[in-house]
Amino acid sequence: MDVNLLEVEQLRKSYKDAEVLKGLSFTLARGDVLVVAGPSGCGKSTLLRCINGLEPFQSGVIRLSGRDLTAPGVKWTEVRQKVGMVFQSYELFPHMNVLDNLLLAPRKAQGLSKSEASARAASLLERVGLKDKMKSFPRELSGGQKQRVAILRALMMKPELMLFDEVTAALDPEMVREVLDLMLELATDGMTMIIVTHEMQFAQAAASRVLFMDEGEIVETSSPDVFFTFPKTDRAKQFLNIFHFEKKERRH
Amino acid sequence: MDIEFMINCLPMYVQAAWLTLRIASAGIALALGAGLICALVRSAKIPVASFIVSAYIELSRNTPLLVQLFLLYFGLPKAGVYLSSQMCAIIGLVFLGGSYMAEAFRSGLESVDKAQRESAESLGLTKFQTAIYVVLPQAISVSVPALAANVIFMIKETSVFSVVALADLMFVAKDLIGMYYKTNEALTLLVGFYLLILLPVSALAAWLERRVRYAGFGNPA
Amino acid sequence: MQDLGILLEGRNLERLLYGLWVTLRISFASIAASIICGIIFGVIMTLRNRVLQAVCRIYLELVRVLPQLVLLFLAYFGLTRAFNINLSGETSAVLVFVVWGTAEMGDLVRSALISIPRHQYDSGYALGLSKADVYMSIILPQTVRRLIPLAINLATRMIKTTSLVVLIGVVEMLKVGQQIIEANRYTAPRAALWIYGAIFALYFLACFPMSLIAGRLERRWT
Repeated sequence: MDVNLLEVEQLRKSYKDAEVLKGLSFTLARGDVLVVAGPSGCGKSTLLRCINGLEPFQSGVIRLSGRDLTAPGVKWTEVRQKVGMVFQSYELFPHMNVLDNLLLAPRKAQGLSKSEASARAASLLERVGLKDKMKSFPRELSGGQKQRVAILRALMMKPELMLFDEVTAALDPEMVREVLDLMLELATDGMTMIIVTHEMQFAQAAASRVLFMDEGEIVETSSPDVFFTFPKTDRAKQFLNIFHFEKKERRH
Repeated sequence: MDIEFMINCLPMYVQAAWLTLRIASAGIALALGAGLICALVRSAKIPVASFIVSAYIELSRNTPLLVQLFLLYFGLPKAGVYLSSQMCAIIGLVFLGGSYMAEAFRSGLESVDKAQRESAESLGLTKFQTAIYVVLPQAISVSVPALAANVIFMIKETSVFSVVALADLMFVAKDLIGMYYKTNEALTLLVGFYLLILLPVSALAAWLERRVRYAGFGNPA
Repeated sequence: MQDLGILLEGRNLERLLYGLWVTLRISFASIAASIICGIIFGVIMTLRNRVLQAVCRIYLELVRVLPQLVLLFLAYFGLTRAFNINLSGETSAVLVFVVWGTAEMGDLVRSALISIPRHQYDSGYALGLSKADVYMSIILPQTVRRLIPLAINLATRMIKTTSLVVLIGVVEMLKVGQQIIEANRYTAPRAALWIYGAIFALYFLACFPMSLIAGRLERRWT
């Protein structure tokens, strides 16, 4: 039997006195698309940052393809080449054009030749219709374009797992779609992903599983159909109600 | 105004200006290097070194160059350390300018968002690669206007070098005033030569400030 | 440690402190006048009058581009010759530092004033406040907060710059130091190290607290 791509066991993390992750455990098989939902400050982003080694944690185990990432001697630079991450604020490198943004990590971290990396970049840009922006600088792109380039930059490393941290939260509404479409496409292609998002309709369409968190704990894990139509817990019901408006009668 | 006298004095001023420029360039280059190292040591929070750097920066920024030079040139020999005039001038200028450059680099480094570092590291780059390819280019371009202002500041500060017996512009002017009472001529040449050095530099600084401003874009404001 | 005692001998320390007092006297007179003139100059620079702006700009750039020591020479040697005014070293120093300090302070005031974003004014007016109210309770408090740390830094710069007055013959701390060293040339040959070391320390003690306060205020207010 194939090992799970990602296994998280009893992950605990606290800042000073506040415990933000209270012993989370879950697994992710290859090809899974896990949407992590929950109110602000529930620890969703911290979870992603722990998986990518950006945030130290107190106890627990994270295994990637069966390999314990908390073991001594683990090189995070190598792990991160297999785990791509996309941030809410894009974080393209403003002093480099689109192509150089894409080439930096494959060239420096993977030691790819320039021609090989450029070919990979060209085909990715082609695929999302941004090939003509190759020489543009980040400041010349729209928010949606920037975020798509940021996704491609992570894909350049041919990661096995992609982490998305509220990647549409900073975008204007009309730009959200192009980014979500790209993510849906990746999901269809079989990419394993963990997505933190507030876009509930997208979550319903893209997720193979929904993990609902509140106050640093996993409250429920369900298939999207179950979660969005018959959430098992009251906390999940309450949370989903936030996205629901009822027409009120006018008072007079 | 005695024009002929002024023309006769020109070679002395040219030589003095040349001396000022030579020492200023050496001092500025070394101060840039020292400043960058100090800023990196502080931003990396290296335990003891950080403290030493902070102490140096405070000492340097809160004392006048003139007093630093007196201590180097007249004080140190009494402790058995003999330095030439030029050496004193350069060391003094680097001691002074290093801290100003360090502060300029520091504000540049601080202007680079932490998330930029994280996103570079999340791509699998090492801390060193992140610093070289992502953080420093942005930090330095943010620092450029402040660095340029420091260059002008340092050139102006060189005007006290006559106290360590260097025949700079002030020295020549004072000499001419003392020996020939040609005050107007000496002062006119003095101002003229300083403007000749400083105006192009400050024009260059203004141009650089307008020019290098890409950093900070590309992120949501 | 040989000759360290020279500092405490006779009235040497007292004399050095008197020299410090001369330095600080020149500094504080210049700083006070520069702050007042600088505020006026800064406000004038924000007025939208082309001619006035050009004149201010030229004054600012000219005073700032030249080394302060050159300005001191111009005042001390130049004014005497050109206009037959005989200024003492101390008077020329205060004059020069005020001319220079006003330019620097004015520029700080100007940039503090224009750094308040347009919508701060707009939101004040939108609340129905009068122009005077907007300035008194919204704009000025913010401007002053930005200005104070910068003005303190300028003041420390002026104190440090005051060390230059020794070069136009004012008897201040460095000069007193030289005199003490000269007088004890044979009895305390290593005095220079300690005297100049002490002067270095005294300047530091005068400037460091100010820098510290400026830094604190800047962090707290911005």
